[in-house]
Amino acid sequence: MSLALQTFSSVKDANAALQAAGTRYLGGGTLVVRAANEGDVSVSSLVRVTDPGLSQIAVSGGKIRLGTSVTMAAIARHPELTALAPAARAVGGPAIRNMATVGGNLFAPAPYGDFAVALLALDTTVVTEAGEVPIETFLADRDTSRAIVTAVDVASPKAESFRFLKVSRVKPKGVSVLSIAALLELAPDGTVTSARIALGCMADRPIRALAAEKALLGCKLTPQEIAPALAAAGEGIAPITDPIASAWYRAEVLPVHLGRLLLD
Amino acid sequence: MAKVPVQFTLNGSEKAEFVESGTTLLHALRDKIGDTSPKGGCHQGTCGACSVIIDGELRLSCLTLAETCGGADIRTTAGLAEGGVLHPLQRAFLDGFATQCGFCTPGMIMAAKVLLDHTPNPSREDVVEALSGSICRCTGYEPIIQAVLAAARANSQNAA
Repeated sequence: MSLALQTFSSVKDANAALQAAGTRYLGGGTLVVRAANEGDVSVSSLVRVTDPGLSQIAVSGGKIRLGTSVTMAAIARHPELTALAPAARAVGGPAIRNMATVGGNLFAPAPYGDFAVALLALDTTVVTEAGEVPIETFLADRDTSRAIVTAVDVASPKAESFRFLKVSRVKPKGVSVLSIAALLELAPDGTVTSARIALGCMADRPIRALAAEKALLGCKLTPQEIAPALAAAGEGIAPITDPIASAWYRAEVLPVHLGRLLLD
Repeated sequence: MAKVPVQFTLNGSEKAEFVESGTTLLHALRDKIGDTSPKGGCHQGTCGACSVIIDGELRLSCLTLAETCGGADIRTTAGLAEGGVLHPLQRAFLDGFATQCGFCTPGMIMAAKVLLDHTPNPSREDVVEALSGSICRCTGYEPIIQAVLAAARANSQNAA
Protein backbone atom coordinates (compact mmCIF):
# COMPACT_ATOMS: atom_id res chain seq x y z
CA MET A 1 0.00 0.00 0.00
CA SER A 2 1.24 3.40 -0.85
CA LEU A 3 -0.81 6.48 -0.16
CA ALA A 4 0.15 10.11 -0.37
CA LEU A 5 -1.73 12.52 1.86
CA GLN A 6 -2.03 16.19 0.94
CA THR A 7 -3.27 18.59 3.60
CA PHE A 8 -4.91 21.90 2.75
CA SER A 9 -6.24 24.71 4.90
CA SER A 10 -9.05 25.62 2.50
CA VAL A 11 -11.62 23.66 0.50
CA LYS A 12 -10.85 25.70 -2.61
CA ASP A 13 -7.24 24.50 -2.79
CA ALA A 14 -8.23 20.95 -1.96
CA ASN A 15 -10.84 20.91 -4.72
CA ALA A 16 -8.13 21.53 -7.30
CA ALA A 17 -5.96 18.70 -5.94
CA LEU A 18 -8.94 16.35 -5.88
CA GLN A 19 -9.30 16.52 -9.66
CA ALA A 20 -6.26 14.25 -10.14
CA ALA A 21 -6.98 10.60 -10.95
CA GLY A 22 -6.85 8.19 -8.00
CA THR A 23 -7.42 10.96 -5.47
CA ARG A 24 -10.05 10.65 -2.75
CA TYR A 25 -11.12 13.02 -0.01
CA LEU A 26 -10.15 11.95 3.52
CA GLY A 27 -12.77 12.73 6.15
CA GLY A 28 -12.72 10.48 9.20
CA GLY A 29 -10.92 7.70 7.33
CA THR A 30 -13.56 5.06 7.99
CA LEU A 31 -14.26 4.63 4.28
CA VAL A 32 -11.14 5.58 2.33
CA VAL A 33 -8.44 4.30 4.71
CA ARG A 34 -10.50 1.16 5.08
CA ALA A 35 -10.58 0.82 1.29
CA ALA A 36 -6.81 1.33 1.10
CA ASN A 37 -6.22 -1.22 3.87
CA GLU A 38 -8.36 -3.67 1.95
CA GLY A 39 -6.12 -3.30 -1.07
CA ASP A 40 -8.17 -0.90 -3.19
CA VAL A 41 -5.44 0.20 -5.59
CA SER A 42 -7.70 2.82 -7.16
CA VAL A 43 -6.89 5.02 -4.15
CA SER A 44 -3.37 6.39 -4.51
CA SER A 45 -3.67 9.86 -3.06
CA LEU A 46 -5.74 11.44 -0.32
CA VAL A 47 -6.70 15.04 0.23
CA ARG A 48 -7.86 16.55 3.50
CA VAL A 49 -8.87 20.00 4.69
CA THR A 50 -8.10 21.27 8.17
CA ASP A 51 -10.45 24.32 8.10
CA PRO A 52 -12.10 24.21 11.58
CA GLY A 53 -15.26 25.74 10.06
CA LEU A 54 -16.01 22.36 8.49
CA SER A 55 -16.49 20.87 11.97
CA GLN A 56 -19.05 23.42 13.11
CA ILE A 57 -22.65 22.79 14.09
CA ALA A 58 -24.95 25.81 13.84
CA VAL A 59 -28.55 25.71 15.06
CA SER A 60 -30.77 28.78 14.67
CA GLY A 61 -34.40 29.46 13.92
CA GLY A 62 -35.30 25.85 13.23
CA LYS A 63 -32.41 25.44 10.82
CA ILE A 64 -29.46 23.15 11.38
CA ARG A 65 -26.19 23.43 9.50
CA LEU A 66 -23.82 20.52 9.97
CA GLY A 67 -20.29 21.00 8.67
CA THR A 68 -19.00 18.15 6.53
CA SER A 69 -16.40 17.15 9.15
CA VAL A 70 -18.90 17.02 12.04
CA THR A 71 -18.68 13.55 13.56
CA MET A 72 -21.51 11.22 14.49
CA ALA A 73 -20.38 11.51 18.14
CA ALA A 74 -20.66 15.31 18.00
CA ILE A 75 -24.25 15.06 16.72
CA ALA A 76 -25.18 12.36 19.24
CA ARG A 77 -24.10 14.50 22.21
CA HIS A 78 -25.30 17.92 20.96
CA PRO A 79 -28.14 19.19 23.20
CA GLU A 80 -30.07 20.78 20.30
CA LEU A 81 -29.84 17.79 17.97
CA THR A 82 -31.82 15.26 19.99
CA ALA A 83 -34.05 14.43 17.01
CA LEU A 84 -30.99 13.47 14.93
CA ALA A 85 -29.17 11.70 17.76
CA PRO A 86 -30.73 8.24 17.27
CA ALA A 87 -29.59 8.19 13.63
CA ALA A 88 -26.07 9.35 14.59
CA ARG A 89 -25.86 6.74 17.35
CA ALA A 90 -26.89 4.05 14.85
CA VAL A 91 -23.55 4.43 13.08
CA GLY A 92 -20.74 2.07 14.18
CA GLY A 93 -19.35 1.73 17.68
CA PRO A 94 -17.98 4.54 19.87
CA ALA A 95 -14.62 4.77 18.09
CA ILE A 96 -16.22 4.86 14.63
CA ARG A 97 -18.64 7.57 15.79
CA ASN A 98 -15.66 9.67 16.94
CA MET A 99 -14.26 9.47 13.41
CA ALA A 100 -17.11 9.05 10.91
CA THR A 101 -18.29 12.35 9.45
CA VAL A 102 -21.50 13.77 7.98
CA GLY A 103 -19.78 14.23 4.61
CA GLY A 104 -18.47 10.67 4.56
CA ASN A 105 -21.86 9.22 5.39
CA LEU A 106 -23.29 10.84 2.25
CA PHE A 107 -20.89 8.72 0.20
CA ALA A 108 -21.10 5.49 2.22
CA PRO A 109 -22.28 2.57 0.08
CA ALA A 110 -25.00 0.30 1.49
CA PRO A 111 -25.11 -1.34 4.01
CA TYR A 112 -23.43 1.76 5.48
CA GLY A 113 -24.75 5.31 5.44
CA ASP A 114 -27.54 5.06 8.02
CA PHE A 115 -27.24 8.76 8.86
CA ALA A 116 -27.66 9.70 5.20
CA VAL A 117 -30.98 7.82 5.26
CA ALA A 118 -32.12 10.22 7.99
CA LEU A 119 -30.84 13.20 5.98
CA LEU A 120 -32.79 12.02 2.92
CA ALA A 121 -36.05 11.77 4.88
CA LEU A 122 -35.40 15.27 6.24
CA ASP A 123 -35.11 16.77 2.73
CA THR A 124 -31.59 17.98 3.41
CA THR A 125 -29.76 20.43 1.18
CA VAL A 126 -26.16 19.45 0.44
CA VAL A 127 -23.76 22.38 0.25
CA THR A 128 -20.68 22.03 -1.96
CA GLU A 129 -18.14 24.46 -3.35
CA ALA A 130 -20.04 24.23 -6.64
CA GLY A 131 -23.40 25.19 -5.10
CA GLU A 132 -26.34 23.79 -3.17
CA VAL A 133 -28.24 20.72 -4.32
CA PRO A 134 -31.18 18.72 -2.91
CA ILE A 135 -29.94 15.51 -1.30
CA GLU A 136 -31.74 13.30 -3.84
CA THR A 137 -29.88 14.95 -6.72
CA PHE A 138 -26.67 14.73 -4.74
CA LEU A 139 -27.09 11.01 -4.02
CA ALA A 140 -27.92 10.25 -7.65
CA ASP A 141 -24.77 12.03 -8.88
CA ARG A 142 -22.39 11.15 -6.07
CA ASP A 143 -20.28 8.68 -8.06
CA THR A 144 -19.23 11.32 -10.57
CA SER A 145 -19.40 14.47 -8.46
CA ARG A 146 -15.96 15.91 -7.70
CA ALA A 147 -16.96 18.96 -5.68
CA ILE A 148 -16.17 18.75 -1.97
CA VAL A 149 -19.20 18.78 0.31
CA THR A 150 -18.78 21.54 2.88
CA ALA A 151 -22.02 21.23 4.89
CA VAL A 152 -25.59 20.01 4.96
CA ASP A 153 -28.62 22.17 5.79
CA VAL A 154 -31.47 20.46 7.61
CA ALA A 155 -34.79 21.88 8.79
CA SER A 156 -34.90 20.90 12.46
CA PRO A 157 -37.65 18.28 12.79
CA LYS A 158 -40.10 18.24 15.66
CA ALA A 159 -39.17 15.22 17.78
CA GLU A 160 -42.64 13.68 17.39
CA SER A 161 -42.69 14.00 13.60
CA PHE A 162 -39.36 12.26 12.90
CA ARG A 163 -38.84 8.55 13.33
CA PHE A 164 -35.74 6.46 12.68
CA LEU A 165 -35.16 2.73 12.83
CA LYS A 166 -32.08 0.65 12.14
CA VAL A 167 -32.40 -3.11 12.07
CA SER A 168 -29.27 -5.16 12.72
CA ARG A 169 -28.65 -8.70 13.86
CA VAL A 170 -26.05 -7.84 16.50
CA LYS A 171 -26.89 -5.41 19.29
CA PRO A 172 -26.09 -2.74 20.24
CA LYS A 173 -23.73 -2.41 17.29
CA GLY A 174 -24.25 -4.20 14.03
CA VAL A 175 -24.30 -3.62 10.31
CA SER A 176 -27.71 -2.71 8.86
CA VAL A 177 -30.14 -5.26 7.58
CA LEU A 178 -32.04 -2.11 6.70
CA SER A 179 -32.72 1.34 8.05
CA ILE A 180 -35.80 3.53 7.72
CA ALA A 181 -36.33 7.22 8.43
CA ALA A 182 -39.74 8.85 8.26
CA LEU A 183 -40.82 12.46 8.51
CA LEU A 184 -44.57 12.53 9.11
CA GLU A 185 -46.94 15.46 9.59
CA LEU A 186 -50.21 14.54 11.25
CA ALA A 187 -53.45 16.54 11.44
CA PRO A 188 -54.96 16.99 14.92
CA ASP A 189 -57.22 13.96 14.27
CA GLY A 190 -54.15 11.80 13.53
CA THR A 191 -54.48 11.77 9.74
CA VAL A 192 -51.20 11.81 7.83
CA THR A 193 -50.98 15.08 5.89
CA SER A 194 -47.44 14.66 4.59
CA ALA A 195 -44.97 11.79 4.58
CA ARG A 196 -41.38 11.49 3.50
CA ILE A 197 -39.82 8.05 3.98
CA ALA A 198 -36.23 7.07 3.23
CA LEU A 199 -34.83 3.55 3.11
CA GLY A 200 -31.30 2.24 3.64
CA CYS A 201 -29.99 -1.05 2.10
CA MET A 202 -32.87 -1.03 -0.40
CA ALA A 203 -30.47 0.06 -3.16
CA ASP A 204 -26.75 0.81 -3.29
CA ARG A 205 -27.57 4.17 -1.65
CA PRO A 206 -30.48 5.66 0.33
CA ILE A 207 -33.74 5.88 -1.64
CA ARG A 208 -37.24 7.27 -1.06
CA ALA A 209 -40.24 4.98 -0.60
CA LEU A 210 -42.36 7.14 -2.90
CA ALA A 211 -45.27 4.72 -3.35
CA ALA A 212 -45.56 4.13 0.40
CA GLU A 213 -45.43 7.87 1.06
CA LYS A 214 -48.34 8.44 -1.36
CA ALA A 215 -50.36 5.57 0.08
CA LEU A 216 -49.98 6.95 3.60
CA LEU A 217 -51.59 10.31 2.82
CA GLY A 218 -55.00 10.63 4.44
CA CYS A 219 -54.46 7.52 6.57
CA LYS A 220 -54.47 7.26 10.32
CA LEU A 221 -51.58 5.29 11.81
CA THR A 222 -53.55 2.11 12.51
CA PRO A 223 -52.71 -1.41 11.29
CA GLN A 224 -55.67 -1.41 8.91
CA GLU A 225 -55.11 2.01 7.37
CA ILE A 226 -51.34 1.68 6.83
CA ALA A 227 -51.68 -1.75 5.16
CA PRO A 228 -51.73 -0.33 1.59
CA ALA A 229 -48.60 1.73 2.36
CA LEU A 230 -46.79 -1.36 3.65
CA ALA A 231 -47.83 -3.31 0.56
CA ALA A 232 -46.41 -0.49 -1.58
CA ALA A 233 -43.14 -0.20 0.37
CA GLY A 234 -41.33 -2.61 -1.95
CA GLU A 235 -42.07 -0.65 -5.14
CA GLY A 236 -38.89 0.46 -6.82
CA ILE A 237 -36.51 -1.19 -4.37
CA ALA A 238 -33.42 -3.16 -5.39
CA PRO A 239 -32.02 -4.35 -2.05
CA ILE A 240 -28.38 -5.31 -1.70
CA THR A 241 -27.18 -8.84 -0.99
CA ASP A 242 -24.27 -9.09 1.42
CA PRO A 243 -23.13 -11.36 4.30
CA ILE A 244 -25.73 -9.70 6.57
CA ALA A 245 -28.80 -10.53 4.48
CA SER A 246 -29.94 -11.41 0.97
CA ALA A 247 -31.91 -9.04 -1.23
CA TRP A 248 -34.88 -11.41 -0.88
CA TYR A 249 -34.75 -11.30 2.91
CA ARG A 250 -34.42 -7.54 3.02
CA ALA A 251 -37.42 -7.12 0.71
CA GLU A 252 -39.48 -9.56 2.79
CA VAL A 253 -38.85 -7.84 6.14
CA LEU A 254 -39.10 -4.24 4.91
CA PRO A 255 -42.92 -3.97 5.30
CA VAL A 256 -42.71 -5.57 8.75
CA HIS A 257 -40.22 -3.02 10.04
CA LEU A 258 -41.90 -0.10 8.30
CA GLY A 259 -45.12 -1.14 10.02
CA ARG A 260 -43.40 -1.22 13.40
CA LEU A 261 -41.91 2.21 12.83
CA LEU A 262 -45.26 3.72 11.79
CA LEU A 263 -47.22 2.12 14.63
CA ASP A 264 -44.62 2.82 17.30
CA MET B 1 7.57 7.75 -1.40
CA ALA B 2 8.59 10.83 0.51
CA LYS B 3 8.82 10.48 4.25
CA VAL B 4 7.04 12.94 6.45
CA PRO B 5 7.85 13.90 10.04
CA VAL B 6 5.23 13.23 12.71
CA GLN B 7 5.45 14.35 16.29
CA PHE B 8 3.03 13.51 19.09
CA THR B 9 2.88 12.60 22.74
CA LEU B 10 2.56 8.87 23.44
CA ASN B 11 1.60 7.98 27.00
CA GLY B 12 3.15 11.22 28.22
CA SER B 13 6.43 10.94 26.27
CA GLU B 14 7.33 13.07 23.26
CA LYS B 15 7.78 10.97 20.12
CA ALA B 16 9.08 12.06 16.73
CA GLU B 17 9.35 9.77 13.75
CA PHE B 18 9.64 9.84 9.98
CA VAL B 19 6.94 7.80 8.31
CA GLU B 20 5.93 7.19 4.73
CA SER B 21 2.99 9.33 3.70
CA GLY B 22 -0.22 7.37 4.18
CA THR B 23 1.13 5.25 7.06
CA THR B 24 -1.54 4.33 9.56
CA LEU B 25 -1.08 5.28 13.20
CA LEU B 26 -1.27 1.57 14.05
CA HIS B 27 1.70 0.83 11.81
CA ALA B 28 3.65 3.81 13.15
CA LEU B 29 3.03 2.81 16.77
CA ARG B 30 3.82 -0.86 16.36
CA ASP B 31 6.55 -0.96 13.74
CA LYS B 32 8.23 2.41 14.09
CA ILE B 33 7.89 3.34 17.74
CA GLY B 34 7.66 -0.16 19.18
CA ASP B 35 4.43 0.11 21.16
CA THR B 36 2.82 -3.21 20.24
CA SER B 37 -0.13 -2.88 22.63
CA PRO B 38 -2.60 -1.81 19.89
CA LYS B 39 -3.29 -4.90 17.78
CA GLY B 40 -3.94 -5.13 14.05
CA GLY B 41 -7.02 -7.31 13.72
CA CYS B 42 -9.25 -6.56 10.76
CA HIS B 43 -7.74 -3.28 9.52
CA GLN B 44 -11.32 -2.47 8.52
CA GLY B 45 -12.66 -0.66 11.56
CA THR B 46 -14.74 -3.64 12.59
CA CYS B 47 -12.90 -5.42 15.43
CA GLY B 48 -11.68 -2.62 17.73
CA ALA B 49 -8.37 -4.35 18.57
CA CYS B 50 -6.40 -1.27 17.46
CA SER B 51 -8.38 1.19 19.61
CA VAL B 52 -6.32 3.98 21.17
CA ILE B 53 -7.24 7.24 22.88
CA ILE B 54 -6.41 10.37 20.88
CA ASP B 55 -6.97 13.71 22.64
CA GLY B 56 -9.37 12.01 25.04
CA GLU B 57 -11.46 10.27 22.37
CA LEU B 58 -11.48 6.60 21.43
CA ARG B 59 -10.20 6.15 17.86
CA LEU B 60 -9.23 3.28 15.62
CA SER B 61 -5.52 3.51 14.90
CA CYS B 62 -5.83 1.26 11.83
CA LEU B 63 -8.02 3.87 10.10
CA THR B 64 -6.12 6.93 11.36
CA LEU B 65 -3.20 8.21 9.33
CA ALA B 66 -0.14 9.01 11.46
CA GLU B 67 0.32 12.35 9.67
CA THR B 68 -3.03 13.55 10.98
CA CYS B 69 -1.89 13.09 14.59
CA GLY B 70 0.66 15.92 14.75
CA GLY B 71 0.69 17.39 18.26
CA ALA B 72 -1.89 14.88 19.50
CA ASP B 73 -1.98 13.27 22.94
CA ILE B 74 -2.11 9.52 22.29
CA ARG B 75 -2.75 6.95 24.99
CA THR B 76 -2.36 3.19 24.66
CA THR B 77 -2.70 0.29 27.06
CA ALA B 78 1.10 0.10 27.30
CA GLY B 79 1.07 3.38 29.21
CA LEU B 80 -1.53 2.49 31.84
CA ALA B 81 0.58 0.77 34.50
CA GLU B 82 2.47 3.13 36.81
CA GLY B 83 5.73 2.04 38.39
CA GLY B 84 4.96 -1.63 37.87
CA VAL B 85 1.49 -1.30 39.42
CA LEU B 86 -1.29 -2.29 37.07
CA HIS B 87 -4.12 0.12 36.27
CA PRO B 88 -7.39 -0.86 38.03
CA LEU B 89 -8.83 -1.96 34.67
CA GLN B 90 -5.85 -4.21 33.98
CA ARG B 91 -6.09 -5.62 37.52
CA ALA B 92 -9.82 -6.27 37.12
CA PHE B 93 -9.32 -7.98 33.74
CA LEU B 94 -6.70 -10.28 35.29
CA ASP B 95 -8.66 -11.02 38.45
CA GLY B 96 -11.92 -11.60 36.56
CA PHE B 97 -10.44 -13.85 33.82
CA ALA B 98 -11.62 -11.29 31.28
CA THR B 99 -8.64 -12.14 29.08
CA GLN B 100 -8.21 -15.41 27.25
CA CYS B 101 -6.14 -15.11 24.09
CA GLY B 102 -5.66 -11.43 24.92
CA PHE B 103 -5.80 -10.06 21.40
CA CYS B 104 -8.85 -7.87 21.98
CA THR B 105 -7.80 -6.89 25.52
CA PRO B 106 -5.87 -3.66 24.80
CA GLY B 107 -8.73 -2.33 22.68
CA MET B 108 -11.30 -3.36 25.26
CA ILE B 109 -9.30 -1.67 28.02
CA MET B 110 -8.93 1.57 26.05
CA ALA B 111 -12.68 1.62 25.32
CA ALA B 112 -13.39 0.96 29.00
CA LYS B 113 -10.93 3.65 30.09
CA VAL B 114 -12.70 6.32 28.04
CA LEU B 115 -15.98 5.20 29.54
CA LEU B 116 -14.73 5.37 33.15
CA ASP B 117 -13.01 8.72 32.52
CA HIS B 118 -16.40 10.23 31.65
CA THR B 119 -18.76 7.95 33.60
CA PRO B 120 -17.10 6.76 36.83
CA ASN B 121 -20.13 4.70 37.88
CA PRO B 122 -21.47 3.19 34.66
CA SER B 123 -24.49 0.95 34.35
CA ARG B 124 -24.19 -2.43 32.70
CA GLU B 125 -25.84 -0.91 29.58
CA ASP B 126 -23.23 1.86 29.55
CA VAL B 127 -20.47 -0.77 29.59
CA VAL B 128 -22.06 -2.84 26.82
CA GLU B 129 -22.45 0.28 24.67
CA ALA B 130 -18.87 1.41 25.35
CA LEU B 131 -17.45 -1.98 24.38
CA SER B 132 -19.74 -2.43 21.38
CA GLY B 133 -17.02 -1.56 18.88
CA SER B 134 -14.71 -4.30 20.13
CA ILE B 135 -15.05 -7.95 19.19
CA CYS B 136 -13.94 -10.80 21.50
CA ARG B 137 -14.06 -14.33 20.14
CA CYS B 138 -13.03 -16.04 23.42
CA THR B 139 -14.85 -14.87 26.49
CA GLY B 140 -18.46 -14.40 25.46
CA TYR B 141 -18.08 -10.81 26.78
CA GLU B 142 -19.61 -11.42 30.22
CA PRO B 143 -16.27 -11.56 32.13
CA ILE B 144 -15.17 -8.38 30.32
CA ILE B 145 -18.35 -6.52 31.25
CA GLN B 146 -17.99 -7.69 34.85
CA ALA B 147 -14.32 -6.65 34.93
CA VAL B 148 -15.15 -3.10 33.80
CA LEU B 149 -17.88 -2.84 36.44
CA ALA B 150 -15.44 -4.21 39.07
CA ALA B 151 -12.81 -1.63 38.05
CA ALA B 152 -15.41 1.13 38.39
CA ARG B 153 -16.26 -0.11 41.90
CA ALA B 154 -12.57 -0.29 42.82
CA ASN B 155 -12.04 3.27 41.56
CA SER B 156 -14.96 4.66 43.56
CA GLN B 157 -13.78 2.84 46.71
CA ASN B 158 -10.31 4.29 46.29
CA ALA B 159 -11.78 7.73 45.80
CA ALA B 160 -13.99 7.45 48.91
